[in-house]
Amino acid sequence: MSASVLYEAQGPRAKARNVIYTAVFLVAVAVLLWWVYTSLDEKGQLDWALWSPFFGSEAWTTYFLPGLKNTLLAAALSLVIALPLGAVLGIARLSDHAWVRVPATVVVEFFRAIPVLILMLFCREVYVAYTGVSSDSRPLYAVVTGLVLYNASVLAEVVRAGILSLPKGQSEAAMAIGLRKNQMMRMVLLPQAVTAMLPAIVSQIVVIVKDTALGGYMLAFPEMLSNATTASSYYGANIIACLTVAAIIFIVVNFALTSFASWLEKRLRRAKKSTGATLAPDGGVDQSGFGGATN
Amino acid sequence: MFDFLEGYDLLGAFWATVQLTVYSAIGSLIWGTLLAGMRVGPVPLMRTFGTAYVNFVRNIPLTVIILFSSLGLNQTLGVKLGGGEDFDTINFRLAVLGLIVYTSAFVCEALRSGINTVPLGQAEAARALGLNFGQVLQLIVLPQAFRAAVNPLANVLIALTKNTTVAAVIGVAEASLLMNEMIENEAQLVLIGAVFAFGFVCLTLPTGVLMGLLGKKVAVKR
Repeated sequence: MSASVLYEAQGPRAKARNVIYTAVFLVAVAVLLWWVYTSLDEKGQLDWALWSPFFGSEAWTTYFLPGLKNTLLAAALSLVIALPLGAVLGIARLSDHAWVRVPATVVVEFFRAIPVLILMLFCREVYVAYTGVSSDSRPLYAVVTGLVLYNASVLAEVVRAGILSLPKGQSEAAMAIGLRKNQMMRMVLLPQAVTAMLPAIVSQIVVIVKDTALGGYMLAFPEMLSNATTASSYYGANIIACLTVAAIIFIVVNFALTSFASWLEKRLRRAKKSTGATLAPDGGVDQSGFGGATN
Repeated sequence: MFDFLEGYDLLGAFWATVQLTVYSAIGSLIWGTLLAGMRVGPVPLMRTFGTAYVNFVRNIPLTVIILFSSLGLNQTLGVKLGGGEDFDTINFRLAVLGLIVYTSAFVCEALRSGINTVPLGQAEAARALGLNFGQVLQLIVLPQAFRAAVNPLANVLIALTKNTTVAAVIGVAEASLLMNEMIENEAQLVLIGAVFAFGFVCLTLPTGVLMGLLGKKVAVKR
Protein backbone atom coordinates (compact mmCIF):
# COMPACT_ATOMS: atom_id res chain seq x y z
CA MET A 1 0.00 0.00 0.00
CA SER A 2 1.60 3.26 -1.02
CA ALA A 3 1.69 6.09 1.47
CA SER A 4 -0.43 8.56 -0.46
CA VAL A 5 -3.63 6.50 -0.05
CA LEU A 6 -3.48 7.13 3.68
CA TYR A 7 -4.67 10.74 3.34
CA GLU A 8 -6.85 12.78 1.01
CA ALA A 9 -5.55 15.15 -1.61
CA GLN A 10 -4.92 18.31 0.35
CA GLY A 11 -7.26 21.27 0.22
CA PRO A 12 -6.47 24.80 1.48
CA ARG A 13 -7.15 23.98 5.15
CA ALA A 14 -5.04 20.83 5.12
CA LYS A 15 -2.25 22.75 3.42
CA ALA A 16 -2.39 25.46 6.09
CA ARG A 17 -2.29 22.77 8.77
CA ASN A 18 0.73 21.19 7.13
CA VAL A 19 2.55 24.50 7.19
CA ILE A 20 1.92 24.69 10.96
CA TYR A 21 3.12 21.11 11.50
CA THR A 22 6.21 21.83 9.42
CA ALA A 23 6.93 24.97 11.42
CA VAL A 24 6.51 23.19 14.77
CA PHE A 25 8.74 20.35 13.60
CA LEU A 26 11.36 22.80 12.34
CA VAL A 27 11.36 24.60 15.69
CA ALA A 28 11.81 21.29 17.53
CA VAL A 29 14.72 20.33 15.27
CA ALA A 30 16.20 23.81 15.61
CA VAL A 31 16.00 23.65 19.42
CA LEU A 32 17.78 20.29 19.35
CA LEU A 33 20.48 21.60 16.99
CA TRP A 34 20.87 24.73 19.11
CA TRP A 35 21.36 22.57 22.21
CA VAL A 36 23.97 20.49 20.35
CA TYR A 37 25.70 23.65 19.13
CA THR A 38 25.79 25.44 22.48
CA SER A 39 26.94 22.40 24.44
CA LEU A 40 29.66 21.69 21.86
CA ASP A 41 30.68 25.33 21.98
CA GLU A 42 30.64 25.45 25.77
CA LYS A 43 33.07 22.54 26.00
CA GLY A 44 35.27 24.03 23.28
CA GLN A 45 34.55 21.17 20.91
CA LEU A 46 34.17 23.48 17.95
CA ASP A 47 37.70 24.87 18.24
CA TRP A 48 39.48 24.83 14.93
CA ALA A 49 42.42 23.01 16.53
CA LEU A 50 40.25 19.93 17.12
CA TRP A 51 38.99 19.76 13.54
CA SER A 52 42.01 21.00 11.59
CA PRO A 53 43.82 17.60 11.54
CA PHE A 54 41.18 16.30 9.12
CA PHE A 55 42.09 18.97 6.60
CA GLY A 56 45.75 17.94 6.57
CA SER A 57 47.11 14.73 5.14
CA GLU A 58 48.70 13.29 8.30
CA ALA A 59 45.48 12.20 10.03
CA TRP A 60 44.37 10.44 6.87
CA THR A 61 47.63 8.69 6.01
CA THR A 62 48.39 7.65 9.59
CA TYR A 63 44.97 6.75 10.97
CA PHE A 64 41.94 6.82 8.73
CA LEU A 65 43.15 5.36 5.44
CA PRO A 66 45.06 2.44 7.03
CA GLY A 67 42.01 1.92 9.23
CA LEU A 68 39.70 1.88 6.23
CA LYS A 69 42.07 -0.54 4.51
CA ASN A 70 41.94 -2.92 7.48
CA THR A 71 38.15 -2.59 7.73
CA LEU A 72 37.73 -3.48 4.07
CA LEU A 73 40.35 -6.24 4.30
CA ALA A 74 38.61 -7.93 7.22
CA ALA A 75 35.21 -7.53 5.55
CA ALA A 76 36.45 -8.88 2.21
CA LEU A 77 38.22 -11.86 3.78
CA SER A 78 35.13 -12.69 5.84
CA LEU A 79 32.86 -12.49 2.80
CA VAL A 80 35.15 -14.56 0.56
CA ILE A 81 35.41 -17.33 3.15
CA ALA A 82 31.82 -17.15 4.40
CA LEU A 83 30.16 -17.22 0.98
CA PRO A 84 31.22 -20.73 -0.15
CA LEU A 85 30.78 -22.03 3.39
CA GLY A 86 27.30 -20.54 3.52
CA ALA A 87 26.42 -21.98 0.10
CA VAL A 88 27.46 -25.46 1.24
CA LEU A 89 25.51 -25.15 4.50
CA GLY A 90 22.46 -23.75 2.74
CA ILE A 91 22.39 -26.55 0.19
CA ALA A 92 23.06 -29.11 2.92
CA ARG A 93 19.95 -27.85 4.74
CA LEU A 94 17.89 -28.74 1.67
CA SER A 95 19.35 -32.23 1.40
CA ASP A 96 17.07 -35.27 1.24
CA HIS A 97 19.38 -37.13 3.65
CA ALA A 98 18.62 -36.48 7.30
CA TRP A 99 22.26 -37.11 8.32
CA VAL A 100 23.31 -34.14 6.15
CA ARG A 101 20.29 -31.92 6.77
CA VAL A 102 20.06 -32.16 10.55
CA PRO A 103 23.70 -31.31 11.41
CA ALA A 104 23.68 -28.43 8.91
CA THR A 105 20.46 -27.09 10.46
CA VAL A 106 21.89 -27.35 13.96
CA VAL A 107 25.11 -25.54 12.96
CA VAL A 108 23.25 -22.75 11.17
CA GLU A 109 20.70 -22.18 13.93
CA PHE A 110 23.41 -22.32 16.62
CA PHE A 111 25.70 -19.71 15.10
CA ARG A 112 22.81 -17.46 14.17
CA ALA A 113 21.62 -17.43 17.76
CA ILE A 114 24.93 -16.25 19.23
CA PRO A 115 26.18 -12.65 19.23
CA VAL A 116 29.12 -12.15 16.90
CA LEU A 117 31.10 -10.51 19.71
CA ILE A 118 30.92 -13.70 21.78
CA LEU A 119 32.21 -15.63 18.76
CA MET A 120 35.08 -13.19 18.24
CA LEU A 121 36.16 -13.24 21.89
CA PHE A 122 36.01 -17.02 21.91
CA CYS A 123 38.02 -17.30 18.68
CA ARG A 124 40.69 -14.97 20.06
CA GLU A 125 41.25 -17.21 23.07
CA VAL A 126 41.21 -20.32 20.89
CA TYR A 127 43.98 -18.82 18.77
CA VAL A 128 45.92 -17.95 21.93
CA ALA A 129 45.53 -21.39 23.45
CA TYR A 130 45.79 -23.78 20.55
CA THR A 131 47.64 -22.13 17.68
CA GLY A 132 50.92 -20.36 17.02
CA VAL A 133 49.36 -17.34 15.32
CA SER A 134 51.52 -14.36 16.27
CA SER A 135 49.98 -11.82 18.60
CA ASP A 136 50.19 -9.18 15.83
CA SER A 137 47.92 -10.97 13.42
CA ARG A 138 45.75 -12.59 16.09
CA PRO A 139 43.12 -9.82 16.20
CA LEU A 140 42.60 -10.04 12.43
CA TYR A 141 42.33 -13.83 12.61
CA ALA A 142 39.86 -13.65 15.50
CA VAL A 143 37.70 -10.96 13.91
CA VAL A 144 37.58 -12.74 10.56
CA THR A 145 36.89 -16.15 12.12
CA GLY A 146 34.06 -14.75 14.24
CA LEU A 147 32.56 -12.94 11.27
CA VAL A 148 32.88 -16.04 9.06
CA LEU A 149 31.13 -18.31 11.58
CA TYR A 150 28.25 -15.89 11.99
CA ASN A 151 27.85 -14.75 8.40
CA ALA A 152 28.26 -18.20 6.88
CA SER A 153 25.15 -19.26 8.78
CA VAL A 154 23.27 -16.10 7.79
CA LEU A 155 24.29 -16.57 4.14
CA ALA A 156 23.25 -20.23 4.38
CA GLU A 157 19.73 -18.99 5.11
CA VAL A 158 19.96 -16.57 2.18
CA VAL A 159 21.01 -19.39 -0.16
CA ARG A 160 18.30 -21.68 1.13
CA ALA A 161 15.63 -19.02 0.75
CA GLY A 162 16.96 -18.19 -2.71
CA ILE A 163 16.63 -21.79 -3.87
CA LEU A 164 13.21 -22.17 -2.25
CA SER A 165 12.03 -18.96 -3.95
CA LEU A 166 12.33 -20.58 -7.40
CA PRO A 167 9.11 -21.84 -8.98
CA LYS A 168 8.54 -25.54 -8.37
CA GLY A 169 8.33 -26.14 -12.12
CA GLN A 170 12.08 -25.61 -12.41
CA SER A 171 13.01 -28.65 -10.34
CA GLU A 172 10.12 -30.69 -11.75
CA ALA A 173 11.26 -29.94 -15.30
CA ALA A 174 14.86 -30.78 -14.38
CA MET A 175 13.74 -34.11 -12.96
CA ALA A 176 11.55 -34.77 -15.97
CA ILE A 177 14.49 -34.50 -18.37
CA GLY A 178 16.35 -37.01 -16.21
CA LEU A 179 18.90 -34.86 -14.36
CA ARG A 180 20.39 -36.22 -11.19
CA LYS A 181 19.85 -34.30 -7.97
CA ASN A 182 23.29 -32.74 -8.02
CA GLN A 183 22.97 -31.87 -11.71
CA MET A 184 19.64 -30.25 -11.00
CA MET A 185 21.16 -28.16 -8.20
CA ARG A 186 24.30 -27.28 -10.17
CA MET A 187 22.84 -26.63 -13.61
CA VAL A 188 19.28 -25.46 -12.99
CA LEU A 189 18.56 -24.21 -9.47
CA LEU A 190 21.77 -22.52 -8.30
CA PRO A 191 22.39 -20.34 -11.39
CA GLN A 192 18.89 -18.91 -11.11
CA ALA A 193 18.94 -18.64 -7.34
CA VAL A 194 22.16 -16.63 -7.42
CA THR A 195 20.46 -13.76 -9.21
CA ALA A 196 17.69 -13.77 -6.60
CA MET A 197 20.21 -13.83 -3.76
CA LEU A 198 22.61 -11.11 -4.93
CA PRO A 199 20.87 -8.10 -3.34
CA ALA A 200 20.57 -9.92 0.00
CA ILE A 201 24.25 -10.84 -0.18
CA VAL A 202 25.29 -7.25 -0.87
CA SER A 203 23.18 -6.06 2.09
CA GLN A 204 24.95 -8.63 4.23
CA ILE A 205 28.29 -7.03 3.29
CA VAL A 206 27.04 -3.85 4.98
CA VAL A 207 26.44 -5.87 8.14
CA ILE A 208 29.93 -7.35 7.90
CA VAL A 209 31.53 -3.91 7.45
CA LYS A 210 29.65 -2.61 10.50
CA ASP A 211 30.64 -5.62 12.60
CA THR A 212 34.34 -5.13 11.89
CA ALA A 213 34.10 -1.97 13.99
CA LEU A 214 32.91 -4.01 16.97
CA GLY A 215 35.74 -6.52 16.60
CA GLY A 216 38.21 -3.72 16.04
CA TYR A 217 37.34 -1.90 19.23
CA MET A 218 37.00 -4.91 21.53
CA LEU A 219 39.92 -6.96 20.18
CA ALA A 220 42.30 -4.07 19.41
CA PHE A 221 42.29 -4.77 15.68
CA PRO A 222 43.47 -1.51 14.05
CA GLU A 223 40.46 -0.87 11.79
CA MET A 224 38.78 2.47 11.31
CA LEU A 225 36.97 2.87 14.63
CA SER A 226 39.87 1.85 16.85
CA ASN A 227 42.21 4.00 14.73
CA ALA A 228 39.81 6.91 15.16
CA THR A 229 39.98 6.61 18.95
CA THR A 230 43.78 6.38 18.77
CA ALA A 231 43.81 9.49 16.60
CA SER A 232 41.71 11.37 19.14
CA SER A 233 44.18 10.71 21.94
CA TYR A 234 47.02 11.80 19.65
CA TYR A 235 45.36 15.05 18.54
CA GLY A 236 44.19 15.91 22.04
CA ALA A 237 40.71 14.86 23.06
CA ASN A 238 38.85 15.56 19.85
CA ILE A 239 36.87 12.34 20.22
CA ILE A 240 33.67 13.93 18.91
CA ALA A 241 35.42 15.09 15.76
CA CYS A 242 37.14 11.74 15.23
CA LEU A 243 34.00 9.67 15.76
CA THR A 244 32.05 12.00 13.46
CA VAL A 245 34.61 11.55 10.67
CA ALA A 246 34.67 7.76 11.20
CA ALA A 247 30.87 7.65 11.12
CA ILE A 248 30.80 9.67 7.89
CA ILE A 249 33.28 7.28 6.24
CA PHE A 250 31.19 4.29 7.36
CA ILE A 251 28.05 5.96 6.01
CA VAL A 252 29.69 6.68 2.64
CA VAL A 253 31.02 3.11 2.27
CA ASN A 254 27.79 1.47 3.39
CA PHE A 255 25.56 3.84 1.47
CA ALA A 256 27.50 2.98 -1.69
CA LEU A 257 26.97 -0.72 -0.95
CA THR A 258 23.24 -0.26 -0.21
CA SER A 259 22.72 1.77 -3.37
CA PHE A 260 24.55 -0.92 -5.32
CA ALA A 261 22.25 -3.54 -3.78
CA SER A 262 19.07 -1.71 -4.73
CA TRP A 263 20.40 -0.95 -8.23
CA LEU A 264 21.23 -4.65 -8.60
CA GLU A 265 17.77 -5.64 -7.39
CA LYS A 266 16.04 -3.34 -9.87
CA ARG A 267 18.24 -4.54 -12.70
CA LEU A 268 17.69 -8.20 -11.88
CA ARG A 269 13.94 -7.67 -11.69
CA ARG A 270 14.02 -6.18 -15.16
CA ALA A 271 16.21 -8.88 -16.64
CA LYS A 272 13.99 -11.20 -18.65
CA LYS A 273 16.14 -14.28 -18.22
CA SER A 274 15.76 -14.57 -14.46
CA THR A 275 12.60 -15.88 -12.89
CA GLY A 276 12.16 -12.49 -11.30
CA ALA A 277 12.38 -14.03 -7.86
CA THR A 278 14.17 -11.77 -5.39
CA LEU A 279 14.71 -11.93 -1.69
CA ALA A 280 13.93 -9.11 0.63
CA PRO A 281 17.22 -8.29 2.33
CA ASP A 282 17.28 -9.92 5.75
CA GLY A 283 16.42 -7.43 8.46
CA GLY A 284 20.08 -7.25 10.90
CA VAL A 285 23.25 -6.71 13.20
CA ASP A 286 21.72 -7.32 12.10
CA GLN A 287 18.71 -7.97 11.07
CA SER A 288 21.32 -7.28 12.30
CA GLY A 289 21.91 -6.19 13.90
CA PHE A 290 24.43 -6.29 13.97
CA GLY A 291 23.26 -9.60 12.90
CA GLY A 292 21.54 -9.74 9.54
CA ALA A 293 20.59 -6.61 7.74
CA THR A 294 18.39 -6.29 10.83
CA ASN A 295 21.08 -4.52 12.15
CA MET B 1 33.18 -29.47 36.45
CA PHE B 2 31.57 -26.05 36.75
CA ASP B 3 33.84 -24.88 39.60
CA PHE B 4 35.14 -22.05 37.44
CA LEU B 5 31.76 -20.32 37.72
CA GLU B 6 32.38 -19.57 41.39
CA GLY B 7 33.07 -15.95 42.14
CA TYR B 8 31.40 -14.73 38.94
CA ASP B 9 27.91 -13.28 38.78
CA LEU B 10 26.76 -15.16 35.70
CA LEU B 11 23.03 -14.77 36.30
CA GLY B 12 23.51 -11.09 37.11
CA ALA B 13 25.29 -10.56 33.80
CA PHE B 14 22.54 -12.23 31.81
CA TRP B 15 19.95 -10.30 33.83
CA ALA B 16 21.67 -7.10 32.69
CA THR B 17 21.46 -8.37 29.09
CA VAL B 18 17.74 -9.00 29.53
CA GLN B 19 17.20 -5.56 31.07
CA LEU B 20 19.10 -3.85 28.25
CA THR B 21 17.00 -5.78 25.74
CA VAL B 22 13.64 -4.99 27.37
CA TYR B 23 14.22 -1.26 27.91
CA SER B 24 15.70 -0.80 24.43
CA ALA B 25 12.90 -2.83 22.85
CA ILE B 26 10.21 -0.66 24.46
CA GLY B 27 12.01 2.57 23.57
CA SER B 28 12.77 1.63 20.00
CA LEU B 29 9.23 0.34 19.43
CA ILE B 30 7.88 3.78 20.40
CA TRP B 31 10.45 5.84 18.50
CA GLY B 32 10.38 3.45 15.52
CA THR B 33 6.57 3.71 15.30
CA LEU B 34 6.79 7.50 15.35
CA LEU B 35 9.42 7.37 12.61
CA ALA B 36 7.23 5.07 10.50
CA GLY B 37 4.32 7.46 11.03
CA MET B 38 6.48 10.37 9.86
CA ARG B 39 7.63 8.42 6.79
CA VAL B 40 4.10 7.70 5.55
CA GLY B 41 2.57 11.00 6.70
CA PRO B 42 1.42 14.04 4.72
CA VAL B 43 4.09 16.50 5.96
CA PRO B 44 7.00 16.52 3.46
CA LEU B 45 9.60 17.72 5.96
CA MET B 46 8.80 14.90 8.39
CA ARG B 47 8.92 12.37 5.55
CA THR B 48 12.38 13.61 4.56
CA PHE B 49 13.52 13.54 8.18
CA GLY B 50 12.28 9.97 8.67
CA THR B 51 13.93 8.73 5.50
CA ALA B 52 17.20 10.50 6.24
CA TYR B 53 17.26 9.23 9.84
CA VAL B 54 16.75 5.62 8.79
CA ASN B 55 19.31 5.77 5.99
CA PHE B 56 21.97 7.41 8.14
CA VAL B 57 21.51 5.32 11.26
CA ARG B 58 21.33 2.00 9.43
CA ASN B 59 24.73 2.61 7.87
CA ILE B 60 26.59 3.54 11.06
CA PRO B 61 28.00 0.66 13.13
CA LEU B 62 26.22 0.31 16.48
CA THR B 63 29.64 0.34 18.13
CA VAL B 64 30.23 3.90 16.88
CA ILE B 65 26.84 5.04 18.20
CA ILE B 66 27.30 3.52 21.66
CA LEU B 67 30.89 4.74 21.88
CA PHE B 68 29.72 8.21 20.89
CA SER B 69 27.04 8.23 23.57
CA SER B 70 29.66 7.39 26.20
CA LEU B 71 32.80 9.24 25.08
CA GLY B 72 31.01 12.07 23.29
CA LEU B 73 27.73 12.71 25.09
CA ASN B 74 28.79 11.72 28.59
CA GLN B 75 32.50 12.36 28.99
CA THR B 76 32.84 15.37 26.70
CA LEU B 77 29.44 17.07 26.89
CA GLY B 78 28.58 15.95 30.43
CA VAL B 79 25.19 14.39 29.67
CA LYS B 80 24.27 12.16 32.61
CA LEU B 81 20.68 11.13 31.79
CA GLY B 82 19.75 11.58 35.45
CA GLY B 83 22.25 8.97 36.61
CA GLY B 84 23.95 11.25 39.15
CA GLU B 85 27.51 10.21 39.93
CA ASP B 86 26.92 6.48 39.55
CA PHE B 87 28.93 5.43 36.48
CA ASP B 88 27.24 2.05 36.16
CA THR B 89 23.79 3.63 35.99
CA ILE B 90 24.95 6.32 33.56
CA ASN B 91 26.63 3.80 31.26
CA PHE B 92 23.61 1.52 31.36
CA ARG B 93 21.31 4.37 30.37
CA LEU B 94 23.69 5.57 27.66
CA ALA B 95 23.81 2.03 26.24
CA VAL B 96 20.00 1.89 26.22
CA LEU B 97 19.92 5.28 24.47
CA GLY B 98 22.38 4.10 21.81
CA LEU B 99 20.48 0.85 21.28
CA ILE B 100 17.19 2.75 20.91
CA VAL B 101 18.67 5.20 18.39
CA TYR B 102 20.02 2.28 16.32
CA THR B 103 17.22 -0.28 16.63
CA SER B 104 14.36 2.15 15.95
CA ALA B 105 15.59 2.51 12.35
CA PHE B 106 15.04 -1.23 11.88
CA VAL B 107 11.70 -1.14 13.73
CA CYS B 108 10.60 1.63 11.35
CA GLU B 109 11.53 -0.49 8.32
CA ALA B 110 9.76 -3.56 9.75
CA LEU B 111 6.61 -1.52 10.37
CA ARG B 112 6.73 -0.03 6.90
CA SER B 113 6.86 -3.53 5.44
CA GLY B 114 3.84 -4.32 7.65
CA ILE B 115 1.98 -1.25 6.38
CA ASN B 116 2.68 -2.40 2.83
CA THR B 117 0.77 -5.64 3.44
CA VAL B 118 -2.46 -3.82 4.35
CA PRO B 119 -4.79 -3.88 1.32
CA LEU B 120 -5.53 -0.57 -0.40
CA GLY B 121 -9.26 -0.92 0.21
CA GLN B 122 -8.78 -0.66 3.98
CA ALA B 123 -7.37 2.87 3.80
CA GLU B 124 -9.81 3.87 1.06
CA ALA B 125 -12.77 2.67 3.11
CA ALA B 126 -11.42 4.52 6.14
CA ARG B 127 -11.10 7.73 4.15
CA ALA B 128 -14.56 7.24 2.72
CA LEU B 129 -15.83 7.21 6.31
CA GLY B 130 -14.26 10.64 6.71
CA LEU B 131 -11.38 9.66 8.96
CA ASN B 132 -8.35 11.93 8.83
CA PHE B 133 -4.74 10.76 8.47
CA GLY B 134 -4.16 10.26 12.19
CA GLN B 135 -7.35 8.25 12.56
CA VAL B 136 -6.69 6.18 9.42
CA LEU B 137 -3.24 5.31 10.77
CA GLN B 138 -4.25 4.68 14.40
CA LEU B 139 -7.60 2.95 13.95
CA ILE B 140 -7.30 1.11 10.66
CA VAL B 141 -3.82 0.71 9.23
CA LEU B 142 -1.41 0.36 12.17
CA PRO B 143 -3.40 -2.34 14.03
CA GLN B 144 -3.28 -4.49 10.89
CA ALA B 145 0.29 -3.50 10.09
CA PHE B 146 1.51 -4.54 13.57
CA ARG B 147 -0.09 -7.95 13.13
CA ALA B 148 1.65 -8.44 9.79
CA ALA B 149 4.93 -7.05 11.16
CA VAL B 150 5.23 -9.49 14.07
CA ASN B 151 7.73 -11.68 12.20
CA PRO B 152 10.04 -8.89 10.97
CA LEU B 153 9.79 -7.31 14.43
CA ALA B 154 10.77 -10.66 15.96
CA ASN B 155 13.91 -10.61 13.80
CA VAL B 156 14.65 -7.10 15.02
CA LEU B 157 14.12 -8.18 18.64
CA ILE B 158 16.49 -11.14 18.24
CA ALA B 159 19.09 -8.90 16.60
CA LEU B 160 18.61 -6.43 19.47
CA THR B 161 19.19 -9.16 22.06
CA LYS B 162 22.47 -10.02 20.36
CA ASN B 163 23.35 -6.35 19.88
CA THR B 164 23.19 -5.68 23.62
CA THR B 165 26.65 -7.30 23.77
CA VAL B 166 27.98 -4.13 22.11
CA ALA B 167 27.28 -2.34 25.42
CA ALA B 168 30.45 -4.11 26.61
CA VAL B 169 32.51 -1.49 24.76
CA ILE B 170 31.45 1.12 27.33
CA GLY B 171 31.78 -1.27 30.24
CA VAL B 172 28.18 -2.17 30.99
CA ALA B 173 28.40 -5.36 33.05
CA GLU B 174 26.42 -7.63 30.74
CA ALA B 175 27.14 -11.13 29.49
CA SER B 176 29.87 -10.51 26.91
CA LEU B 177 31.90 -8.31 29.28
CA LEU B 178 31.81 -11.05 31.91
CA MET B 179 32.80 -13.60 29.27
CA ASN B 180 35.72 -11.40 28.23
CA GLU B 181 36.88 -11.34 31.84
CA MET B 182 36.34 -15.03 32.55
CA ILE B 183 37.89 -16.28 29.33
CA GLU B 184 41.12 -14.46 30.14
CA ASN B 185 41.35 -15.61 33.75
CA GLU B 186 40.06 -19.16 33.68
CA ALA B 187 41.47 -22.21 31.92
CA GLN B 188 38.23 -23.90 30.83
CA LEU B 189 38.02 -22.04 27.53
CA VAL B 190 35.60 -24.30 25.69
CA LEU B 191 33.31 -24.72 28.70
CA ILE B 192 33.07 -20.97 29.26
CA GLY B 193 32.28 -20.47 25.58
CA ALA B 194 29.63 -23.18 25.79
CA VAL B 195 28.01 -21.64 28.89
CA PHE B 196 27.68 -18.21 27.28
CA ALA B 197 26.59 -19.65 23.94
CA PHE B 198 23.94 -21.67 25.79
CA GLY B 199 22.79 -18.54 27.61
CA PHE B 200 22.25 -16.65 24.38
CA VAL B 201 20.62 -19.62 22.67
CA CYS B 202 18.21 -19.72 25.63
CA LEU B 203 17.41 -16.04 25.11
CA THR B 204 17.10 -15.90 21.32
CA LEU B 205 15.62 -19.25 20.22
CA PRO B 206 12.49 -19.08 22.44
CA THR B 207 11.97 -15.45 21.35
CA GLY B 208 11.95 -16.58 17.73
CA VAL B 209 9.62 -19.53 18.39
CA LEU B 210 7.18 -17.58 20.59
CA MET B 211 7.03 -14.60 18.25
CA GLY B 212 6.53 -17.00 15.33
CA LEU B 213 3.54 -18.54 17.12
CA LEU B 214 2.21 -15.09 18.04
CA GLY B 215 2.64 -13.96 14.43
CA LYS B 216 0.55 -16.90 13.22
CA LYS B 217 -2.09 -16.34 15.90
CA VAL B 218 -2.64 -12.65 15.22
CA ALA B 219 -2.16 -12.77 11.44
CA VAL B 220 -5.06 -11.21 9.54
CA LYS B 221 -6.61 -14.01 7.47
CA ARG B 222 -7.16 -12.79 3.94
